Amino acid sequence: MIHALDEAAERLGLYIGQPLANARAMCPDLKVFDADTVADAKTLSDIADWCDRFTPLVALDPPHGLFLDITGCAHLFGGEAALLQALVRALGRQGFAVSAAIAGTSVCARTLTRQATGTIVADGEEARAISRFPVSALGAGEAITTGLRRAGLKTIGDVTARSPSEITARFGARFSTLLAHALGQGDAPINPRKPLPDYIVEKPFAEPIATDTMIAMTLSRLADTLIASMEKQGKGARRLEAAFFRTDGVVRAIMVETGRPVTQSKVIDRLFRERLDALADPLDPGFGFDMVRLSASRTEIVVQEQRDLDAHVHDNDELAALIDRIAARIGGKRVVVHLPEDTHIPECAVLAAPAQHHLAAAMQAEWPARTESEPPLRPLRLFDKPEPIKVPFAAVPDGPPHQFTWRRALHAVVRVEGPERIAMEWWRQDGKQLTRDYFRIEDAEGLRFWIFRDGLYEGEVFDGDGEPASPGWYVHGLFA
Amino acid sequence: MSGARTSALATLRGQIERIETATVVHPHDRVALGHSEADNALKGGLARAAIHEVFCAGSQGTAATGFVMGLAGRVSAQRPLLWVRQDFSEIEAGALSMSGLAELGLDPRRMVMVRAADVESALRTSADALACDALGAVVLELWGETRQFDLVASRKLTLAAQGSGVTGLLLRMAAQPLPSTAETRWMLRAAHSPPGSVWDAWGAPRFDAELLRNRHGPCGRWIMEWNCDECQFSEPSTYSQPVAATPAHRPDSTVLQQRRAG
Repeated sequence: MIHALDEAAERLGLYIGQPLANARAMCPDLKVFDADTVADAKTLSDIADWCDRFTPLVALDPPHGLFLDITGCAHLFGGEAALLQALVRALGRQGFAVSAAIAGTSVCARTLTRQATGTIVADGEEARAISRFPVSALGAGEAITTGLRRAGLKTIGDVTARSPSEITARFGARFSTLLAHALGQGDAPINPRKPLPDYIVEKPFAEPIATDTMIAMTLSRLADTLIASMEKQGKGARRLEAAFFRTDGVVRAIMVETGRPVTQSKVIDRLFRERLDALADPLDPGFGFDMVRLSASRTEIVVQEQRDLDAHVHDNDELAALIDRIAARIGGKRVVVHLPEDTHIPECAVLAAPAQHHLAAAMQAEWPARTESEPPLRPLRLFDKPEPIKVPFAAVPDGPPHQFTWRRALHAVVRVEGPERIAMEWWRQDGKQLTRDYFRIEDAEGLRFWIFRDGLYEGEVFDGDGEPASPGWYVHGLFA
Repeated sequence: MSGARTSALATLRGQIERIETATVVHPHDRVALGHSEADNALKGGLARAAIHEVFCAGSQGTAATGFVMGLAGRVSAQRPLLWVRQDFSEIEAGALSMSGLAELGLDPRRMVMVRAADVESALRTSADALACDALGAVVLELWGETRQFDLVASRKLTLAAQGSGVTGLLLRMAAQPLPSTAETRWMLRAAHSPPGSVWDAWGAPRFDAELLRNRHGPCGRWIMEWNCDECQFSEPSTYSQPVAATPAHRPDSTVLQQRRAG
């Protein structure tokens, strides 16, 4: 089956969807490559990344189209014609066959690319511009295109000549909407790949830059400009993205997040320095970057705090800044604070949440109070997954073991306290979970364990024949 | 030319001297642990703005964790605590449990945990954190012998701690002590509970702490007990529960002191 073909093949009369054997019969020396839709999608998304230099609003139109909303951007590149030319030429140099057009609506522009590449249609001219094209250019789907052709409506002009109600009745409302959009009557919104950042600053270079010092300098200048524009509106950045546009079209985007709004350019500077330093695959300038863009994709209104009287606020600020720096270096999920959870199952009692976002909440959290003058009832170290231990026998069926083997070492029990029975939460779990009896145990060396028997004795655990089996024992934690 | 060289040498000498003298810690920068013999050996308590190392064998990790936790609780004084640990250490020794922390009388709210993937990033993060004076203490937890933690890395941490006044605590599980710039070095083992029958409740956490190295005083080995209610170390109590009846006509504490003296 032919997935895609070039112009020369099309001239020979081959078509998409044709069985390969038929195509080979028509043209024996046909060159065939396996279709790789995943790689195609990747390439399209890379091209979309590159197109970010023209406008932040780039939408994918699979399988091989891109929409660029260039409203208000064209003048930056010397007008619509110059922009179109620059884009087509740059992509052409990379070896892509490009057909591009500019029109007032996305559907109209797409129709134009299929028939008349390089056209620029002014507002209100859409209907006239596309009326002579065949209906297949609309891209309405095989069934509708064939249906229109059978009805004798060969061009878009023919279709528009009929009354819209007839078209809707015959081909459905979706097609008539598509037609209306193509004619410039209303527009379908495009779906940009990335949300529009709140603030963007960028610096293009006539001569590509490649050295680390130049990159750092550019970033810090961009940070100054970004801060200045945010300051006017009293905003601070929570998420920043630096995009590096390489001369060969590769775009590398690097993101940093902060726990509280940033209002100082030197903080931005430092965060990016940490992030760039710690990249697993360092920024590769290749032949240099011809544009660097810094954008604040999430911003917040900055509340000015009284600082002089309260040293505590200052301390918290410094801690938040430190957390931001560490997070920029090793990742936000690796710096955590802890929040208590309302459950008595030991492994679920604590929630580790990213410190950047939950620092304030964690500082105010209410932890269950400990009982005065009691020794610790919960272990200091808890295993994520309880580790099974070998228990030879228990003196009392319900009781704790005399000795057990954990991690290939035998531990003789000299002190026992328990059991503390923890029943599972039947109202939350789907499957049957076993009741656990916990014992606090001290061995001959003075090590203190928190072990449990998974399941009640002769009550919950059964073997394959439905006979009561002996429950498993686990080490769940270690006491100091 | 030679004059410039001499002056450069003089500057370097001055710098070295400054670095060396900076290690002299003033007595008010020490925090008493609560265990009188240990405090005497430490000249009043654990020095702030320095690095302290706590070593232990692989199986004794939790005792050492508890001891480090106690030291951190003593020195941090209501300030946040940054705990940097390696991923591997959590698999081997178990994750630090916040409920267990609360049971020791410490505050989980002030704990920020950094989960570093490897030793390099853990070291780098701790050096960064030690330079931040908003913190009370920084704990670096490493499992096993590491090549990366050498004298240079140790010096880096010490300098950062001296600059900011933050105390650095190193928890080295399953590792052998190597030369370092630490102020003190401890070897930790778990200690037995005081004698009693099998079904007696054990008491407070007890540590067999050996002070292997002390820059400004003698070494020693003590049994130390962590008092969860008062959040400080103390001499070991002989029994897990008070055995003498509380006399009604005088306060309980005098009885305790007499018993210790006798």
